[in-house]
Amino acid sequence: MSEIHAETVGYTRNTMLPPQPPPQRQSGAILWLRENLLSGPLNILLTILGIAVVWYLVSGVWPWLANSVWRADGLQECRAIITARAGEGTTGACWAVIRERWWQFTFGFYPRALYWRPVAAFGLLFVAIAPILFADERRIRRVVLGVAAVLTLLAMWAVNAPDGWLVAVAAVMVGGLVLSERRPSALLAFSGFYPVLAYWLLWGGSLWQPLMVLAGFFVGWGIYRLVGRGAPILRMVAAVLAVVAWWLWLGPLVAQTLAAALPLAIAAVTSDTFGGFLLSITIGVTAISMSLPLGIILALARRSDLPLVKMLAVTFIEFIRGVPLIALLFVASLLLNYFLPPGTSFDIILRVIIMVTLFAAAYMAEVIRGGLAALPRGQYEAADALGLDYWKAQRLIILPQALKVSIPGIVGTFIGIFKDTTLVTFVGLYDPLKSTADSVRASIAWKGTYWEPYIFTGAIFFILCFAMSRYSMYLETRLKRGDSH
Amino acid sequence: MKRSVLLATLGGAVLAGGMASAATLDEVKARDVLNCGVNTGLAGFAAPDANGNWQGFDVAVCKALAAAVLGDATKVKYVPTTGQTRFTALSSGEVDVLARNSTWSFQRDTDLKLDFVATNYYDGQGFMVPRALGVTSATELDGATVCIQTGTTTELNLADWFRANNITYQPVNIDSNAEGEQQYLAGACDAYTTDASGLAATRAAFANPDDHIILPEIISKEPLAIAVRHGDNEWGDIVRWTFFALVAAEDYGITSANLEEQAANSQNPEVQRLLGKTDDLGAMIGLDADWAKRAIAASGNYGEIFNATIGEATPIKLNRGLNAQWTQGGLMYAPPFR
Repeated sequence: MSEIHAETVGYTRNTMLPPQPPPQRQSGAILWLRENLLSGPLNILLTILGIAVVWYLVSGVWPWLANSVWRADGLQECRAIITARAGEGTTGACWAVIRERWWQFTFGFYPRALYWRPVAAFGLLFVAIAPILFADERRIRRVVLGVAAVLTLLAMWAVNAPDGWLVAVAAVMVGGLVLSERRPSALLAFSGFYPVLAYWLLWGGSLWQPLMVLAGFFVGWGIYRLVGRGAPILRMVAAVLAVVAWWLWLGPLVAQTLAAALPLAIAAVTSDTFGGFLLSITIGVTAISMSLPLGIILALARRSDLPLVKMLAVTFIEFIRGVPLIALLFVASLLLNYFLPPGTSFDIILRVIIMVTLFAAAYMAEVIRGGLAALPRGQYEAADALGLDYWKAQRLIILPQALKVSIPGIVGTFIGIFKDTTLVTFVGLYDPLKSTADSVRASIAWKGTYWEPYIFTGAIFFILCFAMSRYSMYLETRLKRGDSH
Repeated sequence: MKRSVLLATLGGAVLAGGMASAATLDEVKARDVLNCGVNTGLAGFAAPDANGNWQGFDVAVCKALAAAVLGDATKVKYVPTTGQTRFTALSSGEVDVLARNSTWSFQRDTDLKLDFVATNYYDGQGFMVPRALGVTSATELDGATVCIQTGTTTELNLADWFRANNITYQPVNIDSNAEGEQQYLAGACDAYTTDASGLAATRAAFANPDDHIILPEIISKEPLAIAVRHGDNEWGDIVRWTFFALVAAEDYGITSANLEEQAANSQNPEVQRLLGKTDDLGAMIGLDADWAKRAIAASGNYGEIFNATIGEATPIKLNRGLNAQWTQGGLMYAPPFR
């Protein structure tokens, strides 16, 4: 056929023309500019306006940034340096305030000799969360743990950590790395132990006390298993009672006995020394990690068929969501004092953490409930058809899907809660944004600084929140990849 | 379990009610540390340095009190309180004494069930304006925009004063002192109003303090006083007389430098009683004979504290004004120690 065709139509080309590059105006940066910035009169106008705004902002801020001073003993000295450098009437950023009060912004008034303890706790946090966050990504875990180990040890060395502790933390971090390579599931045991370790490192005192609190959970579990027969609800009640009894009476006794035999105590640090990012991160991390399990339980309870459970969950969630966080913080800081007998100094940070956690849990519950509601009914029925009991169905079929759907909402709540930790300023705790900055401004040397602490704190918060946001995007992509199989 | 918690809470509440009137002095002694409510940070009055060491005019009161009661000026736990939490912190027992530049007012003294035992700083609300504005008296501020911190007594004073003088103003609401300075410097308001001591401190921190003037009018009375809970008069007496001991020490010329010598050699009977050489006044308030001596030793007498924290030698440069001794035309007047 083609041959016939070739003979009858002599002018037909039989070779392909080599492709030509598009005309200059139709490619590269020029095309992008034309299509995106200058595609019509309105867009041209908006582009010019946009450039004008950017120019205005940059030209306003740039000289101020360009005149930054990093070394000075006070604002007046900063100003003198700027005037000497750039002439009369110029302004400049005085980052010297951050430099001089760096430790206060980071640790509050935590004893200077013990800075290594929060640093170690923060570094070990990565060992604890890596197996959870990157459950089946060995390569990422390796990078995260490696970087965390190096940075933590460097930071600890920089704040003069005792050699013994340096070695101990190094051993734990290397051990974590090895376990993460060999048996990642074993690392989860460390994650479970981490809260005890972190509490001990941050607040000090005897290790036995937080250990006994942890032991309470095992006691509850043991009782639950021991009371082999009977309705699950009865077993649950028995377990809860046992845990409470353990925490209130038996645990402290055991802790005392053990402490007498083997002290395991390090210098205690009181809560009023906590401040700055140490405070924010302590409250934020605790509230975030506690609110997820609590939120799941609340969400399940709210969808439960048992009227009592459902009613309790609804009441709790709606009450907490109906009250501003600040009101809860005031309750924690002030109202509780009226009810507790005088002399019981129930730790203020603990009170605040509990309130923030409850607050976060209520929001989390609703986010997760949204995920549960998004699952098609068939999934529940399929679980039933397989003969799974309630908990197995939730664990194996419902929750994995529901949580996946809710990831953006969950991480959104996390980020919100982390930023909300700055609200503790209203109950007299030294958050980095307001209280710490204000107390720095109250010193005569730095009175009159305004933007620098805000910009600094904002930058740190941005880094941490952006990291969380990126992690959520990573998680979504990874789980989506699972879908296509 | 729920019920037992509820009962425990109720029991605790009843107990708390019963014990609120119990002796604060015993509690402090048993605790061996004084819980002192202070400002979260106010230049010259109370501010932690980079290491968390509190310093300032109000802080000196806490130190003197701890020295008098516990024998050690460092045995103080400073509880930073905000404008919202300060009085609740005191009445709920979280702090034993509140030295936080709080204005002594009728309502706070009666309705809030506090006892203001002594005024440690007589303040008043003033105005600061740019010199370029050409204003020399607050009465010329008709139609001006005024930066004012919300939720404070200064806000009410301002409204009262402008109404009484039949002139108008436009408030620019600000949240904190730092924000006020920024707004004022940026020209968002013609005048900045707050307590005169705060104005002086603010002005001192400006790049060009001389471009701004503080107007002569003081439009309110702000006796910043030390407060304790209603109902424990013994404790109130201790706080009151510890402060008076500082004032009296200045009156009689007792300083931290000549304290020992005065205690040993002074022939003035009042000084002898104050420093515990005769009469043992300390026993009457449940303390030992040397209580006042220790209080004065903590950071010096009232004048020394003033000069070291907010006086003319400091960058804040406040003059004594109303806070001078009564013999110098001020209001500082300690009743006789006898």
